[in-house]
Amino acid sequence: MSVPAIDVRNVTVHYGDVLALDNVSLSLAPGRIYGLIGMNGSGKSTLFKTITGMLRPDHGTVTLAGQQPALARKAGAVGYVPQSEDVDWAFPLSVRDVVMMGRYGHMGFSRRPKAADKAAVAEALERVELTDLADRQIGQLSGGQKKRAFVARGIAQGATILLLDEPFAGVDKRSEGTITKLLRELAAEGATVLVSTHDLNALPKLADEAILLMRTVLLQSTPAEVLKPENLARAFGLDVTAGDAA
Amino acid sequence: MNPLDFLLEPLSYDFMVRALATSVTAAIVCAVLSCWLVLIGWSLMGDAVSHAVLPGVVLAYVVGAPFALGAVIFGFLAVALIGIVRNTSRIKEDAAIGIVFTTLFALGIVLISVTPSQTDLNHIIFGNLLGVSWADLTQVLILGAITLTILLVKRRDFTLYAFDATHAHAIGLNPKVLGAALLGLLALTAVVALQAVGVVLVVALLIIPGATAYLLTDRFSRMLVIAPVMSALAAVTGLYLSYYLDTASGGMIVLVEGCIFALVYLFSPTQGVIGKRLGAMKRQRMLAAQ
Repeated sequence: MSVPAIDVRNVTVHYGDVLALDNVSLSLAPGRIYGLIGMNGSGKSTLFKTITGMLRPDHGTVTLAGQQPALARKAGAVGYVPQSEDVDWAFPLSVRDVVMMGRYGHMGFSRRPKAADKAAVAEALERVELTDLADRQIGQLSGGQKKRAFVARGIAQGATILLLDEPFAGVDKRSEGTITKLLRELAAEGATVLVSTHDLNALPKLADEAILLMRTVLLQSTPAEVLKPENLARAFGLDVTAGDAA
Repeated sequence: MNPLDFLLEPLSYDFMVRALATSVTAAIVCAVLSCWLVLIGWSLMGDAVSHAVLPGVVLAYVVGAPFALGAVIFGFLAVALIGIVRNTSRIKEDAAIGIVFTTLFALGIVLISVTPSQTDLNHIIFGNLLGVSWADLTQVLILGAITLTILLVKRRDFTLYAFDATHAHAIGLNPKVLGAALLGLLALTAVVALQAVGVVLVVALLIIPGATAYLLTDRFSRMLVIAPVMSALAAVTGLYLSYYLDTASGGMIVLVEGCIFALVYLFSPTQGVIGKRLGAMKRQRMLAAQ
């Protein structure tokens, strides 16, 4: 088996006295899309923060692309698409400015963009079909376009690991399809994509595997297996069936 | 009086030249920093740090150390205390800020009252623009140049920090270092502006220019031009008005800043309360004419 893109070993995280992640172990292979499923407070965001380096685990290790996580992050391996509510959409930046932020790790001390950076940004914008809107202020995009702008940031960065936090919240079905297609293409080129989502219906189309999280990993398997009512019940409580969960 | 004399007469006094140089420098440095403060939501933090540096400046005066050193130490002390009170009790952040900065400010006032000094330390509180010495001006220019250089060279990192700290983490940068750097620069800037408008009014120079520019553009790079230009203009206008009307110079500068903000708030083409409507009416007329 190839080196896992994300290897989480026995990771435990506390917020003060609250246990957020309890002995979580995960191994995610390159070139696959993983759906992360769990209730609010199940530790999805905490897991993302541990991978992006915002949180340091109390116990356990994270290995990214076979490297120390800090080295992998510095090399630009980790791309992150934030939840909509975590972004200040009135911030005075253009779509191009935001995508350019993906290049900062590759730039010098003052982050002055070189021709190669501009080319990478233009290519990423083309890839997500936002070239025509590149000079718009980011808040003036539709829900789906906003997500694609942040995916473009990851592409410009050259990220091999892409983390998406609730990318389908507030996004219409057609845009959801566009984003899914884009993520499938990126995975086919070797990227590892981890998507947290509430949209259980879309899971089989989107993901190769699903991970059921409830402070610890309850199950990592095919979407069909994870979506079985008896499995969902373990993560969401008893009276839940696929479709109207969350 | 012809217009040229109107502009040149005050400059025949050395103290007015120094006042102009000091106030314009302070206005520009504060204005550039204010672009980040208003976007991060640190206006109250700017208020707190600019007040909390007072005891640091007084103590620095007592031991003969540079004002900037005392200011930066007390600036960080204030931020640390605010964080401790907020994180370890049920007190919310705004209350924590209010408690910490007023207490430190009060400490500064008490220290002033027991510190014998040739220069009046009360001038730190309300500013003494017309009494700025060449030595004061030199300090303002040096600190201003250092602060401005760091802000502009690292501007893209600070903007990333303000916009998306998680992404900064994900690409291996340390947002905590960037945040701390911004707070340190805030304390330095407060020292620069003390001379011009005093501790009490520094916060105006730290908020109004950035807020005004934010109502005029959707591009951060343009904010970094609009804010200092607007603020320098306000400093010059305020100083001349105070000269001819014989009013408090620091207060006059801030008053002009506030008036410019009010005009922009009303008439900004994209964000202004009235300007937006005028624009919409104009577009409708053009549509009707077609």
